[in-house]
Parts: sequence; C-alpha cells; structure tokens
Amino acid sequence: MDFRIDDRQAGEIDSPARSVSGPAADSDGPLYEARKQVYPQKIDGTFRRIKWAILIVTLGIYYALPFVRWDRGPGEPNQAVLVDLDHHRFYFFFIEIWPQEVYYLTGLMILAALTLFLMNALAGRVWCGYLCPQTVWTDLFLMIERLAEGDRRDRMRKDAGPWTLERVAEKTIKHALWLAIAWWTGGAWVLYFNDAPTLVRQLATFQAPAIAYIWIGILTFTTYTLAGFMREQVCVYMCPWPRIQAALTDENALNVTYRYDRGEPRMSAKKAKASRARNERAGDCVDCNQCVAVCPTGVDIRDGANMGCIQCGLCIDACDNVMRKLGRDERLIAYDTDVNIKRRLEGKQNVFKPVRVRTVLYTVLIVAIGGLMAGKLATRADAGLAVIHDRNPLFVTLSDGTIRNAYTVRFSNMASRDRAFTLSVQGLKGLQMEIVGETTQRHESEAAALGADQTREVRLLLFNGAGNAIPNSTPLTFSIADETGRTVATAKDFFRGP
Amino acid sequence: MANATEPRVDARTGTATTGHEWDGIAELNTPLPRWWLWTFYLTIVWSIGYWIVYPAWPGVTGFTQGAFGWHARSAVVDDLKELQAIRGPGEAKLAAAKLDEIEKNPELLAFARASGGAAFANNCAPCHGAGAQGAVGYPNLNDDDWLWGGSLDDIQQTITHGARWDADKATRSSLMPAFGRDGILKADEIANVAQYVRSLSGLPNETNANLAKGKELFATNCAVCHGDDGKGKQEVGAPNLTDKIWLYGSDTASIVNRINVGGGGQMPAWGGRLDPTTIKALTVYVHSLGGGK
Repeated sequence: MDFRIDDRQAGEIDSPARSVSGPAADSDGPLYEARKQVYPQKIDGTFRRIKWAILIVTLGIYYALPFVRWDRGPGEPNQAVLVDLDHHRFYFFFIEIWPQEVYYLTGLMILAALTLFLMNALAGRVWCGYLCPQTVWTDLFLMIERLAEGDRRDRMRKDAGPWTLERVAEKTIKHALWLAIAWWTGGAWVLYFNDAPTLVRQLATFQAPAIAYIWIGILTFTTYTLAGFMREQVCVYMCPWPRIQAALTDENALNVTYRYDRGEPRMSAKKAKASRARNERAGDCVDCNQCVAVCPTGVDIRDGANMGCIQCGLCIDACDNVMRKLGRDERLIAYDTDVNIKRRLEGKQNVFKPVRVRTVLYTVLIVAIGGLMAGKLATRADAGLAVIHDRNPLFVTLSDGTIRNAYTVRFSNMASRDRAFTLSVQGLKGLQMEIVGETTQRHESEAAALGADQTREVRLLLFNGAGNAIPNSTPLTFSIADETGRTVATAKDFFRGP
Repeated sequence: MANATEPRVDARTGTATTGHEWDGIAELNTPLPRWWLWTFYLTIVWSIGYWIVYPAWPGVTGFTQGAFGWHARSAVVDDLKELQAIRGPGEAKLAAAKLDEIEKNPELLAFARASGGAAFANNCAPCHGAGAQGAVGYPNLNDDDWLWGGSLDDIQQTITHGARWDADKATRSSLMPAFGRDGILKADEIANVAQYVRSLSGLPNETNANLAKGKELFATNCAVCHGDDGKGKQEVGAPNLTDKIWLYGSDTASIVNRINVGGGGQMPAWGGRLDPTTIKALTVYVHSLGGGK
C-alpha cells in the first residue's frame, strides 16, 4: 500500500505527511490488519457519468449476448456466441473455432495483454478504474447499497449504531438485491455454454442439468462475495495487475494525480486569502477530504501514486465540485504526469508525450498480431488434412521387393455440407495407394466422402514398385481436392526406403 | 534490537517497522489483512472434511473408512466399469460381426483397430515388436509373406492356437529337421544346398558352389515341405524361399545355420488367455497392418 514511484522529499515543496499505518505503542506491531470498512460517498461528474455509461454497456452485453441469434444453417446451433463443450466447438458470430485452432484464443489473450500495457502507458489503470468486472459489479453493488441504506454518512452512522428494525429491513433489501444480481450473473454465465432459450426454460422448470445449477451457484457466490464484501481487497491483495502495472508504468504516463505543485500547502479558503494577502504561498487544496470520501478503495490520492488507487477518476469529480464552489480552477486532481508536475515546479511548460518507444512498440505489436490473426481467419481453410507416418516400422519390404509405407491420415470437413474429397500424393512417380478397408486395389488416388462438420481417420498404404529405385527418404506432398477439383488442403511427409 | 517501548517508523515510507534491525536494515511491518488469516483457518477447517469423507486415520486393527465408503480399489473398479460401459456397445457389435464384415464397416474397423492395437501392445509386442515389425526369428506382420497364411481365418487360427505350442492340440505344428546337427547332411552338402537356396531368389552365389548338387539335395530333402520350386507350403508353415523376405537372414551363414539346426519359432496359443472378441480385434488389427490376404 505504501509503494511510491516518485521521490518528493527531494522537491522544493515537501509532500504531505504520510500516515503511520503501524501502531504507536507496540514495536512488534500486529501481524494481521483488521479491515477498515470503506464507505464511498455518492458523487456526480464527468468521470462518474463515463463509468455509468460503461457499466450499462458492458453489463448489457454480458447479460443479453447469449440471446442473440445467428443463423448457421440446419443442424448447427443458431446462438451467436456459444461454447459447445460437448461437440468441441466455439461459435462467435461467423467464426467457428475447432479445438485444434485454439491458438486464436492464445492470440486474443496476447492482444488483450498488449492492449492492457498500451492503456497503461497512455493513461494508467484505465482497465482497473473503468472496465474491470470487479470494478463494474462493485459499482453496481455500491449503488444498491446506497439506495437501500443511504449515502456515506448514513451508512457510517447506522453501522456504528444499534440494530433497529429499520436497519434490519434495509440490510435485508440490500442483500436480497445483491443475491438476485449475483444469481443473474451466474445464470447469464451458463447461457454461454448451452442454447440460451432452451436452458432458460429448463432452469425455470428445474429440468436443467445439475452442472448448470452448480455453476450458477459458484458464480452467485463469487459475485456476491467479491462485489458485496471483498471489493477493494480484491484489488489490493488478490489481483496481480497492480504490481505488474507499477513495474510497467513510467513518468510520462497519464495517471490520476493530485497536483501538489498547486495544492500545497493546504489551508482553508480563509487562511489562504490571508496568506495570499501577505504575499505568502497558499495552496488550492482546502483539505476538505472529499477526494477520500468518494474513493471506492479508501485511499488518499494526495499521498501520491498508490497500489490501492484504481484510478477511476471519482476524486477528480469530487475535487472539481469543491473547486467550482470556491471559484477556483478545476482539476486540482487530474490526469497528469510526474514529468509535468516537476516541470511546473521549475516554471516550465507542460509536455505530453503519448508517442514514446513503448507506446509505439505496443501499437506495432497489436497491429501486427491483430493483422496476423485477421489474415489467418480470413484465409482459413474449411478442410483439413493431417498425415502421420508410421513410426515403426518406417517401411516394409513385401515379398516381391515392393517398398510399402503406412500413414495415419485424418480428413476434416469444416464446412456445413457433405463433401467428397480426392486424396492424391505428389513427389514420387509411380506411387500407388490403398486405404485399408476401403479398397483392395491399388490406385493413383483415393476418394474419401465426409459428412458436414466431421473428421475421419484412415490408414493409408503407399506402394513403391520393386523396379522403382528411390533414395532412403523422399519428401511427399499429400493433397485433397474437392468436387470441383480445387485443392483444399495439403500436408507434407516422407516416403522412406531401405 | 530496538527499544521495545519505542515505536519505530521508517521515515521514507512512513510505515512502522517490526523493530527487527540488522546492520541498519529494518524490517517494515506491512501486515496482511485479517481475512487472509481467517481464510487460512478456513482451509484447516475444510481439511477436517477430508477426514470424514475419505479413509484417513490409522487405528490398531485398521483405519477409518470414510463416510461414503470410498476406496482407491473400488474407485478403479468403478472406472473400469465405466470404461466397459463405454466400450460395451462396440464390443457387442464386434462380437456379433463376421470377420470379413468388420473391415468393410469403417466404424467397426476403427474400433477393432484401436482395441486390437492395445491388445497387441500388451501381448504381442514383446516378440513381434511395437510396430509388428518383427525381428530375426519373429515374423514381420506388416508384410505380405505369411508362414501359416495371411487370410483373416488363418490369422485368427494362428493367434488362437499358436504355433508349435504343444499344450494346444490344434496348434500349428511342423518341424524342420536339424540336417546338420543330426548328421542327415554333411557340411559340404549343406553348403551347396544353401547356395542353391540363395539362387532361388536371385541372390548371388559363391564361385565354387555346386548348384546342380545343391538342387539335387534340395529335391530329395527339402522339396517335400518347401515345394519343388521352393515357394513353400503354408499348410506346414514352410516359408517361401524364392521371395525377398527372410525370417532368419539371407546371408550364407544364416541359411547354413538354419539347415544345421532346423526347428522353427514358437508362439503361445492365445485362445485360453484372451477372449474371442479380443482375438477377433487382434486378427483384424494384424490383417489391416497392410499385408493381409
């Protein structure tokens, strides 16, 4: 919690005094710290409105997306986003991912990580403050808490006071609403794994598979616990990102910052007036503590960059309200950089450097990987061919001296219609083939029919006539052509001989 | 060590220290949250559940059995039952199908090949090799050269009753005499027969070989089993001597040795050890390796 990236002691104006988190009397100190309940105060302003908008959009997508339909033809699921574990398929609108293509998911995760790094290099913990599910659901739960029990002061007073009937009623309403939302969150989750309308009907009539109820239970529990009770503890103690973020940030990144060059020394408006009249220095901060009161994680932004600060910008809204009332300039707390604070202290102009080595690098990587994935996706084949040479024996000599190699061949038809493939081999003249069980005659090529959305594995034998001398390893290209004669997939392997 | 009554606060971070100090390096006291401690206690409480559910505590004559009767052995038995239930329909189909029908049905063929492959690895691979590639004295089952016949029925017969396996009355049996060891042929005669045998498959001969003599000796001693033309007889397990495949090697020394010692390889009868369906699967597996007739 007390990690700092700047070194303000060296500055002309000393940083504000820091609170001592340890006890004063016992030098050994407690090994474990009791939770300090945070009571965030209601606030309205630019950033709060941005956060509401994001909350509505993201939760709207989460809860509604399973019901969006997408026609894929007969026999195929018509749910736009579906993880079909039974049939090993992932559907996302026009994309259908097979298990062997799970590298798209890897690519997506790399993109997500790089985007996170880029956001961090540009404007700090944008993810934490606005987009993280923990933040979004906690915001929603806080809103309900406020509706049921009142704002910060009311809640503090009630929690400190005795249990009254009114308080019990309020708490009951709050927890009931929380549980309802948590249950709905789990309910929406399972809809991504099964046909949503069917599952909703089954859930309503208690005929859904047990696993659906178990997962709803798990997500109800986690949502209720994490958003209702754990809240900022998740960010401070559980999440790895604040640690990584602290190591990744630099002095040019925009962060929610208390402009101590303008705010210090703190004093009341009255004292500041007197001080200024004497031509002495007076800061704009009136020490009203509004920034602390609205903070969802209970930190004091004026202590500087802080592990607990998720940079949601609500303190900016709070401070702006106060500054407006005092007739002073807004944005005493603002998105700013360490560099600019130091420059202003030295009487220099602000500089903003969004184009830096790291932002360029992240952008280039995002574009490159995104482009690669889009390219792969656009040119994705709807047929697959995989060939594995027998490991043992590598070749077999037949009684007439013919050399035979055997392969396991797997055809995939990823299109939603039946197809007839023709398998052929290039690379060695005079090779003949036979599919075990399919034919007893040797041919130049073999036909293989395949139903929609299916794969099929066969054992393929290749024969090289006795008179046909070959090196001990000859590269081969296997290819399958569809009904029109177009080659739809190829694979490489070898023909081995003595 | 610091004075126990005096609070120490690290000036730079504003955090209290534990009072522990080594060479001027003080240990900051950054306490863990209390809920973390409770979570730890909760895991201890949770572990008690394992004592109740699973066998846990040793006693004088045994151990606590667990509330639900779970046992490692019965768990394996259950798993095997589950596996059997999955395989059951396939095995029933395999058991009902005629041998020559199996390879024509892709689904049955895949099942028989998977099942036969596993049975082969467990029972046959020690002699015939993991890929059925064979070794000296142990036939390669991939090729199209068969001592006792390569049709499905022949293969099934060989697996069921073995070869030269005396405990099984129906076993494949025949024995090549030890022409050298038992003094039936003299050393120079054996040398000539060996050269003649090499010539049957077009292998080069030594310059001093008397092929005419060898041919004569072959006709009187060997042709009864290996045939006048040396193409062998599968009824008696006599190998074809005119092809490119040599069970014991095609060099002169190997051939001379075989004529000297005679005999033939042994294979156990699997009929009593494996059930008929597994033998069926093995038959199809071996047949489908590529050399089946």
